[in-house]
Order: sequence, then C-alpha cells, then structure tokens
Amino acid sequence: MSTTPLFDLLDRRLRDQQPTALATAIDGERPGAKLLVTPDDAPLGSLGHPELDRIVARDALAELEAGRSGVRHYGPTGETTPEDLTDSATVRVFIESWAPPPQMWIFGAVDFTAALSRVAKVLGYRVTVCDAREVFATRRRFPAADEVVVSWPGALFERRGAQLRQRDAVCILTHDPKFDVPVLEVALRLPEVAYVGAMGSRRTHEDRLDRLREAGLTEGELARLSSPIGLDLGARTPEETAVSIAAEIVALQWGGGGQRLQDTGGSIHHHL
Amino acid sequence: MRELLDDIDRWRASGRRVAIARVVDIEGSGPREPGAAMAVNDEGEVAGSVSGGCVEGAVVGEALGVLHGDRGPGVVTFGYSDDEAFAVGLTCGGTIRLFIEALDW
Repeated sequence: MSTTPLFDLLDRRLRDQQPTALATAIDGERPGAKLLVTPDDAPLGSLGHPELDRIVARDALAELEAGRSGVRHYGPTGETTPEDLTDSATVRVFIESWAPPPQMWIFGAVDFTAALSRVAKVLGYRVTVCDAREVFATRRRFPAADEVVVSWPGALFERRGAQLRQRDAVCILTHDPKFDVPVLEVALRLPEVAYVGAMGSRRTHEDRLDRLREAGLTEGELARLSSPIGLDLGARTPEETAVSIAAEIVALQWGGGGQRLQDTGGSIHHHL
Repeated sequence: MRELLDDIDRWRASGRRVAIARVVDIEGSGPREPGAAMAVNDEGEVAGSVSGGCVEGAVVGEALGVLHGDRGPGVVTFGYSDDEAFAVGLTCGGTIRLFIEALDW
C-alpha cells in the first residue's frame, strides 16, 4: 500500500495530464472517504467497503472514458439501485474525472483550417491538422495546431484511427471528393467519434452522399455526417465559419437547438 | 481543480491549511459544471470559483468553518431550494450543491 497521500498522487497525475478519476463519498457514514481510480493501476484509498470500492471503480472508469463528472447513489456494499434498499443506509459518491483533452482532426491545409484550429484550442481540443501536400501542411501556417501531419488521410486513420473516442471530432474542410470520400468512408464507420463534419456547398454535399452510397455506406452511417458543416450563422470569413462549426459541435454535444435563446423558452442549460 | 494546484501547493508548502469546495451537482440553470472548484486557506485567501460570483463569499465562510473545526466535511446547497435563497442565491435561478472539505488527505 502506498504511503504517499492521495492528494499528492492526484496532484502529480493532473499536472502530467494523466487520465484520473477521484471518487468522494459526500454523505453516509464516512463523508470525505476517497478512492483514486486510474486506467493504469489498482484503485487507491477506500470508500469503506471492498465491494463498494469495486463497483465505484468500475463506474469511475466509465465516467473517465466519457469525460464526465457527477454524483451516483449506492447501497452500503455497492448496490447500484439503492432505492430498492428501504432499510439500509445509502451513500452518495461524487465521481470527478479528468480525461485527457478531446481530439480534433482537421483535414485540408486551408485558411478555414487555420481559423478552426484556433477556435478548437479555445474549446480545449488537442488539434491535429492533416494534408498530403507538404508545401501547405506546415507548422508555420497552423501555429495553433498541436501537430501538423503530412500524410494521406487514409494513412493517418490506419495508424491512429482506433484512438478516436466518444468526445473526439473529425472535420473535413478540403471539399474535394477525391480527398473527402476516402476519409469519410473510414471516419463514419468509427463507432465512437462524436462528430464528423464535411465542408461544401449543398451540391457538393449531394454529390458526396451519392459517392458515399456507391462506396457502400449505410443510411445509418451517413446519418452521422454533419454536412454541409456548421450552424447557419450567415458566416462568411474563415473565422466566422470556424465559430459556426464549433457552435454545431457544442450544440450536438449538449442537445442545444441552435436557435437564439431570445426565441426559445425553458431552461438555458440542457440536462441530458 | 487542475487550475488550483499551483496555489494549493504554494499554500501547503508555507504551512497553510487548505479547504476545497467542489461543485458536485446542479439543478436547473447552473453557471458551472460539476468539478468546478475553489480553494480557501486558513488566512482566508481564495483561488478559483464555483459560480458566476454569486456564492463565493458564502463558500469562503463555510470553508473557514471546516478549517476551524466548526463543521465536518459535507454538502452545502445554494439556490432556490435553500431557505436563504434570497440571501445567497444564484442570479441564474438554479441550484448548486457543493462538497466542502479540508484538504487533509
């Protein structure tokens, strides 16, 4: 058993950007009891019962994967439906998770990409810009990106596509079917990726859908495509377009309708 | 919490005791998500925030209460479900619950 205080371990992991979850009992018999959960090692600390620890550790890993934090209720030995336990004490556990930043992959070394990479950084993404053309895909043109990869998109997906998870986004700004269709064929079949968007006029969009159907994509896979990309802001400049794309991503993540709040009723913050 | 680490570590290195308050739950319109945190040391210095500025003053009082041993770790609620909703409410109309504890772990 480690003798390093939990907070020091947490401190170090957060500074190193390591995926970490901290479960804290916020009521019950031991308020403040803690369990530090990571994908790498056995959990540290205890909430007071080994079975409760085991169940909470499992849930904490799921919350970490989803990048979520929140309160869950348990029975004293980890029962996940404590409402059935009329006679026993229950405990509420706050699971706080610190996931690595979500990724955004942007294809096409164009001005829209430079603008979108800046906006994506504001939203906390780790940004990868990818284009096969060495002359255009340079760090100097995309200073905000975390990395600029000179590669055919298909090759990038082959090497690293499996890393893309449920908080990640793929934006295809090339609007060249030669380039778009092979990327989309792969991206739309990655089951977990939160957002796949492709730029282009409505005619480009229809043409692209035809080509994707010819390539054998199902209607379910095509339904995951955000195209033409972005919300209708009337955006004209690359920067305005980048805001429109970012706005669409946020709206899809939280279930926002994209209207002016002035024109809608009800709660401003949606609950999932 | 990550943005508080520099302050927390500096305070602890100079012998200060520290309490942390974390948003664990919100109802209705809440200004910050679960995990938003602030830290308070035993001299009343503050780092971070847990709302749009509506409840921070009250949180400092609760945090100092924990550090002085007036109360144990526990949940504090601010907003419409609070009896003192008009004393320490949220301008956005929601309810937030915070877990406040001494950083002694």
